[in-house]
Amino acid sequence: MDDLYQDFILDHYKNPRNFGHLDGEKVSSEMTNLSCGDGIKVDVKLDDQGIITDVAWQGEGCAISMAAASVVSEWAVGQPLKAVKEMPIDEIVAKLGLEQISHSRMKCAYLFVHAIQKIEATDKGRSSS
Amino acid sequence: MILPGKRRGKDDPSGKFYLIMGHMSDSPTLSFSDIRRQFPILDKQIHGKPLVYFDNSATTQKPNSVLEAITEYYTKYNANIHRGVHQLAEESTDIWEKSRQTVASFFRAHPEELIVTRNTTEALNLLARGWGESQVKPGEVILVGLSEHHSNFVPWQKLADRQQAKFMTLPIASEGLLDLPAIFALLKEHKNQLRVISIQQASNTLGSLMDISAVSQMLKDLKIRDQVLLSVDAAQSAAHQPINFKTWDVDAVSFSGHKMYGPMGIGGLLVKSKRLAEFEPVLYGGGMISTVLPEETTYAEDVQDRFTAGTPDVASLYGLAAACDFLKEIGWPAILAHEEELTQYALDQLKKLPEITIVGPQNMRDEAGKQQRIGAISFLYQQVHAHDVAQILDRHGVAVRSGQHCTMPLHVSQGWLATTRASFGVYNTKSEVDTLISALKDVKRVFGRQVKN
Repeated sequence: MDDLYQDFILDHYKNPRNFGHLDGEKVSSEMTNLSCGDGIKVDVKLDDQGIITDVAWQGEGCAISMAAASVVSEWAVGQPLKAVKEMPIDEIVAKLGLEQISHSRMKCAYLFVHAIQKIEATDKGRSSS
Repeated sequence: MILPGKRRGKDDPSGKFYLIMGHMSDSPTLSFSDIRRQFPILDKQIHGKPLVYFDNSATTQKPNSVLEAITEYYTKYNANIHRGVHQLAEESTDIWEKSRQTVASFFRAHPEELIVTRNTTEALNLLARGWGESQVKPGEVILVGLSEHHSNFVPWQKLADRQQAKFMTLPIASEGLLDLPAIFALLKEHKNQLRVISIQQASNTLGSLMDISAVSQMLKDLKIRDQVLLSVDAAQSAAHQPINFKTWDVDAVSFSGHKMYGPMGIGGLLVKSKRLAEFEPVLYGGGMISTVLPEETTYAEDVQDRFTAGTPDVASLYGLAAACDFLKEIGWPAILAHEEELTQYALDQLKKLPEITIVGPQNMRDEAGKQQRIGAISFLYQQVHAHDVAQILDRHGVAVRSGQHCTMPLHVSQGWLATTRASFGVYNTKSEVDTLISALKDVKRVFGRQVKN
């Protein structure tokens, strides 16, 4: 069985990459999963082609949700917004260094991508919650 | 359980039950190991470790007598009830009637006061719609506790919307008990419009016991007891506190079979007769009618039939009756003593861990010696999310629940993102609590270690 709390995940949980917010022109969205107790706010900067040029996020949640946000946000810079939105769960799981994740933790791992899915490329300069 | 008018032969379920329990007397004394041995699932291994099942507030495990009752019904007695002249239908109807009697009398209620439902949620919805829609008028007030389970919150909230009534929450004091002085002030302020109060007997998150009799007395003191429907959500408490529906001055009690060692899919709504007279059926169809014609349909005269539409789950009710008998076998003194000892032990051990904050009453009894909680303990773990705590506990075979336990209003009001809950049943042991404690120490080890960057 995978060690869910291996060093790689704990490192991203304790030292989350891209944690914070962005200044200037950006698009934002929020995602809360109150029944679990996870919440995230994401800021994204897009160029004219819809490529993510910068990303920051803030949130509170379990180790899996925060580590996944950290890991995926690192990868997301330089990617088209569309690619991040369409990212399948098993890719997120793989990026976490895991072979699989239990059904109950999928929503946690998906939180960041779920927030990104609420952003429209045409919303540039406006916030969408 | 002795079925009146029946000899205790080898096919008699009650006789078999006694054989299983290893005694053939009417009131055997059960040892704890006798009790635990009745639950085959407790031998299961989780990730190579013994199962420590501490999620009883979510659902309980089932003893052999319940499992066998269900199988026995389908192998020997299965037929539709009330609708046939043949022998099998007769036996099945007999099982249904006797099971209703057993379940009603477990709560010291009359069978005519019992409406069989799927669970507490269905019972509360039935109460809100069947009673509320014809009784609650615009401008009237509906009060529920702030710590209520969503099933005792949302039906009333939506009823208030539909009836243009006011929906308000009762204040709770620290440790999750009812803030009685504040509640009295609230009742006094709204005494002319107050119509419904619905409270849980025990909080599934905090474990706190609510002093519902005190609220009942307040209503009497304000001379508004008769105008108010006093409803109790007994989902958490039915297996942990004896209920005497006859002497308890409440109007309705809702409960779930699966939280009291019975099967899923069965539960009940107890309603005092005078309130039942104010009920309108909510589900229509076969079984609840008297005559059905294109011009008009009339309802069944028998109150027990009027609120049961369609074929009920006879097997599950038979299972629930077996669960009631199981609890009667152990007896309330033993159940209460076991729960108190185990829960106080767990509270004391948890308090030794500096990372842990118990939410809800810190002790079984208050300063006056009155019992103030049941064996459901929720806690916060410093700097570690409840999900992660639960995940690590799972690695040790310990099953707990994490999240908001269907009590979002409570969690949001207290600023808790999520809590972890350990809840006990009649088969849990102190040694299992020790396993929980050492697993909790493992959480500190996992999250406290240095990680490579």
